Amino acid sequence: MKINLKIQRFDPQTDQEPHFQTYEVEVEPTDRLLDAMMHIKRFEDGSLSFRKSCAHGVCGSDAMRINGKDRLACKTLVRDVVAGEGDTVVIEPLRYFPVQKDLIVDQEEFFTRYRAVKPFLINDEPVEKGERTQTPEQRKAFDDPTNCILCAACFSACPIPEEDPAFLGPAAIVNAYRFLADSRDRGFEERLPVLDVPDGVWPCQNHFKCTEACPRSIKITKRINETKRMITTYRKKRGESVKDGKL
Amino acid sequence: MNHEYDAVIVGAGGAGLYAALEASKKANTAVLSKLYPVRSHTGAAQGGISAALGNVEEDKPEWHAFDTIKGGDYLVDQKAAMTLAEEAVQAVYDLENRGLPFSRTEEGLIDQRRFGGHTRNFGEGPVRRACYAADRTGHMILQTLYQQCIKNEVAFFDEFQVLDLLVEGNRCAGLVAVELATGEIHVFRAKAVLFATGGFGRMYKITSNAYANTGDGPALAARRGIPLQDMEFFQFHPTGIKGMGILISEAVRGEGGILRNRDGERFMERYAPTLLDLAPRDMVSRAILTEIREGKGIRGDRKIDDYVHLDATGLGKVVLESKLPDISGFVRTYLGIDPTVEPIPVLPTAHYAMGGIPTDIQGRVIVDDKGTVCEGLYAAGECACVSVHGANRLGTNSLLDLVVFGRRAGMHICEFVDGIDLPAIDDSAADSARSWIARLLEGKEGPHGGQIREEMQTIMMADVGIYRNAEGMERAVSRLRELRERYASVRVQDTGRSFNTDLLEIIELGNLLDLSLITAESALAREESRGAHSREDFPERDDEHWLKHTLAYLEKDRVRIGNKPVDTSLWEPKPRVY
Repeated sequence: MKINLKIQRFDPQTDQEPHFQTYEVEVEPTDRLLDAMMHIKRFEDGSLSFRKSCAHGVCGSDAMRINGKDRLACKTLVRDVVAGEGDTVVIEPLRYFPVQKDLIVDQEEFFTRYRAVKPFLINDEPVEKGERTQTPEQRKAFDDPTNCILCAACFSACPIPEEDPAFLGPAAIVNAYRFLADSRDRGFEERLPVLDVPDGVWPCQNHFKCTEACPRSIKITKRINETKRMITTYRKKRGESVKDGKL
Repeated sequence: MNHEYDAVIVGAGGAGLYAALEASKKANTAVLSKLYPVRSHTGAAQGGISAALGNVEEDKPEWHAFDTIKGGDYLVDQKAAMTLAEEAVQAVYDLENRGLPFSRTEEGLIDQRRFGGHTRNFGEGPVRRACYAADRTGHMILQTLYQQCIKNEVAFFDEFQVLDLLVEGNRCAGLVAVELATGEIHVFRAKAVLFATGGFGRMYKITSNAYANTGDGPALAARRGIPLQDMEFFQFHPTGIKGMGILISEAVRGEGGILRNRDGERFMERYAPTLLDLAPRDMVSRAILTEIREGKGIRGDRKIDDYVHLDATGLGKVVLESKLPDISGFVRTYLGIDPTVEPIPVLPTAHYAMGGIPTDIQGRVIVDDKGTVCEGLYAAGECACVSVHGANRLGTNSLLDLVVFGRRAGMHICEFVDGIDLPAIDDSAADSARSWIARLLEGKEGPHGGQIREEMQTIMMADVGIYRNAEGMERAVSRLRELRERYASVRVQDTGRSFNTDLLEIIELGNLLDLSLITAESALAREESRGAHSREDFPERDDEHWLKHTLAYLEKDRVRIGNKPVDTSLWEPKPRVY
């Protein structure tokens, strides 16, 4: 069937502003949206620019706003977004990041915030031999955050950065939680200065947009709340208050 | 812009990142990647990384080495396989110590499962050797290594596409790359260059590989006169999602999944009585194709796109959701199927390149059949050929290969760069790449790459796929030569400088065309069947004439074939039966 893809274009060398361009394309309902976009790129308009790689939802390259929802183009089937012949799908880049070209956005700030939480195992205790042990229950405690592919769909879906652009963001927090909840990690205090600050974990207001958007089914909001709880408990034990910037 | 480094690593997947962690300990190192590192294809690997830890049942590195050698149909360099198996144990522990979240046994040790071709006691029966993290082992390895690179402040040049390798005589001096964001050309002068650019499944129409897997390292090496080894051996993974090629891990069979034909028969009983569905991948792929040709595919029409069923219904919801969650997700998302109640339609998919840039076990590139090293040039991971996989790779050995040989290459680079000078680079070093890019960007009218790519992928799938014969391969060679000629006049539709993904695709297409020609010619030259290379006109393995590696030299539009010996010093080659 024929559908329309209405895609936001922007070429920094020639355009003042982004604008939309509509392409008509022949698709099957079970095609991935990415397949339709690749067809346009390869046979109609080579200048259409977007990131992609694995084409099956594990690399995170092709996160974008599709009909207003942040998702991966390769995990979105045509039948998920159109009802029938002649329908239009609106495709825009992720929010909050500077647009570099068409659907390609500058993710430097996203990765900077990710790196800020020290997203690596912190443990200087020597290992005698072999592996550090960890029971299946302990392993389960941080399971879903390990699935994060850093696609930034959650960040784009979150309403908070509109008002508070310095908010650490759901991905950075959930990647911090992945280590806080890992029985082998000893880096809680080391990560506090990034998490327990007014722009750290505290701006989250449980909108759940991140959880809805996450293509890896991570319960992001839940993990952010668990992180808040860990910080509150820690501060309370020391007779301190959390540093959320409120009185 | 010009840069100087002790070491430049191209590719930020498992091999590249591990090499970077080692090299950056002592050498001033930069990693170039055409993607953000976390997008690398290592992240798509599912099943596991094998090591004889013996956590669940008795196991030995010696058995692992033997399985690897037999799995490779005896084209494996045996002492290299022993190195792989021996270093596997500490490699896995190192990954865990660095935070990799392996799935665990009740006692808290790294859990292990069965996998194709891995046996106890030299083939007695399957052994639980594959260490795994649900069905996301590759993702976990990639994330863990990238996290460690962040911790160690490794320098990355993200979204840089390599264009040319600088080699003077037998000495590597650096490389030329384009910065995708700006279109600017950069020259990297370096004492050592490591290619870790991954595979090239995009030569084929149906593949498990990412769009980015276009063999950039091997193509550049080939154009600089470096032979590529064993290119005819390309693995087709038996279970890709029908029509899409998306990988359904062997781990499904490792957990008890069964392949069935239209009669519901477990047909692997007839092809591999001991290992059944866990026979090596090339054997299973051929079995599936044979069933289809005999009218026993699910549709039964003998057409090339008929398929078989992977039945995971007996595994139960708990196993599927806890041990195979990603695969369950793929099947639900792309097929709308619930694997707990319905079988999965599968078909072989182009998956892994056993061949590539020849190296020794330190990762140094060898440029002929006499062991001559190209000073300062290294390769590791799927783009390299040590050879530890020979004519067919066992599952879980690739993630291991990345870690063991990525590390070894990184360590050798540290030694090598210590105390030597940066090699000289001519001012004109980047000229050839610059003029090529300029030609592609010229506003002239020319064919677009899309059509050429379609044809290449179709020809390769039909004539240089699972079953081959002389007529088909000769046809492929001649068509590929034509396509390469047409490619010469390809032009972009996007003439911009910033994020010109159109230009990137044309560069990649050129690489794939060269590698396709080399693959087809190498396949035509080998007149026997061995491992993944199956010829209908030469159906038997012929050790007397063909127990040797193929070396393919790209010489303009011809490929010259040479050979070099295989190390068979540990176990005598025997017929490969399971």
